Amino acid sequence: MKPAPFDYVRPDTLAEACALLAGDEDARLIAGGQTLVPMLAMRLARPARLIDILRLPELAGIRQEKDAVVVGATTRQAHAERDPVIRASVPMLARVLPWVGHPPTRNRGTVGGSIANADPSAEIPLAAVTLGAEIMLATPDGPTSMPADDFFIGPMLTTIGLGECVRAIRFPVWPQPRIGVGFFEISARRSDFAFVAAAAQVALDEEGRCLDVALGVGGVGDRPVRLDVASLVGTELDAASIVEAVNASSNDIEAMSDLHASAAYRRRVAVTLCVRALEEARANASAKPAKGAR
Amino acid sequence: MKVDLRINGASRSADIEPRKTLLDALRENFLLNGAHAGCEHGVCGACTVLIDGEPVRSCLMFAVQADGYEITTIEGVAPAPGELSVIQDAFCETHGLQCGYCTPGMILAAHALLQHTITPTREDIVEAISGNICRCTGYGQIIEAVQFAADRLRKANTPRPHHGADQPVEAE
Repeated sequence: MKPAPFDYVRPDTLAEACALLAGDEDARLIAGGQTLVPMLAMRLARPARLIDILRLPELAGIRQEKDAVVVGATTRQAHAERDPVIRASVPMLARVLPWVGHPPTRNRGTVGGSIANADPSAEIPLAAVTLGAEIMLATPDGPTSMPADDFFIGPMLTTIGLGECVRAIRFPVWPQPRIGVGFFEISARRSDFAFVAAAAQVALDEEGRCLDVALGVGGVGDRPVRLDVASLVGTELDAASIVEAVNASSNDIEAMSDLHASAAYRRRVAVTLCVRALEEARANASAKPAKGAR
Repeated sequence: MKVDLRINGASRSADIEPRKTLLDALRENFLLNGAHAGCEHGVCGACTVLIDGEPVRSCLMFAVQADGYEITTIEGVAPAPGELSVIQDAFCETHGLQCGYCTPGMILAAHALLQHTITPTREDIVEAISGNICRCTGYGQIIEAVQFAADRLRKANTPRPHHGADQPVEAE
């Protein structure tokens, strides 16, 4: 249970880190290390060199923009969980973070690390896909970005290329004043990998009608997916409409079987959790005052 | 690689191979054996230490990454040699340990929690120790220990009532 030998470097700039990474196929980035270090300890990963990006100033910080919150890649999960900007403007992220690992792993684990790791059952990628976040990358040719939905392509697989690094995640902020989120997950034990996770966000108008809705599931297929429940816009999110919309969209869910749960079980649980997440999101939004500032 | 660390308030240096975890460095280079090696891949919590006051798994970071932080191990929580901290004492009082393997991690997790609040709910306590596995106690007495420690800390922070209205409070 001891890692194989490696070189350790801690570059001062992001450009330097990308150049080091691009020039060495056997190099890996390390930030919080909460997934990579166990892989090293079990020798499932044996990089020749670790490039430590945790303290790079370019990757730090949470920035509020007009219609988005940009979360730096090396933001600690525990920090994001408590951050007032995230709690107010990206409530779904704040809602799912307590389900990521345990307090000690959240104290080291980063938001960008979870995105780059692309575990199909991970909560942060689920929130990113559901909300339509942009994954901002640093590449040897300069900064670029892509929608989260295009970034994740399979289990632990992303479109990230050689010499590229997740810079930040840009979460859209909904403009409506009455927003609510819902989240449910099923796992063997609290904080274990989710067999199924469902996240929902809704915006209501003053009369309680749905103005906008986003729904996503994770853990079911080989990557998190957003489901199309646009038919709910304009409804009052009554139970019958929710069930109908979820059932209609559930054909888009590709479920996988493994040791823990069959595809049929995952699909059935996904539908149930989607309904519950939407109901919780509606209740959460209804509790907000119909008028006044957020 | 030469590594400069701050451990329990003291500056310590050593020449450490990059692949050595903070856990192994604490135990082998600095002879601080209170952080225990359990699973060595981030599952059990026996190796918990505080980094800038927050619990982390010392098996999931390398010693070369740990410069610039205040590292606290179980050896650093007692007020003086031969004494116990309030939390350590509470674990003894309530039989919050049996074999003791998980105990340093449990105490440090509790320590961080009670730094944030001395009025934790049972749920807060369960969440705080959720990353630490105990195979003896069934957790009940550990939760009790943290509740007991919190209770003592609250009382320690409560001004003592006067013994009679016009009696002067004795200087301590």
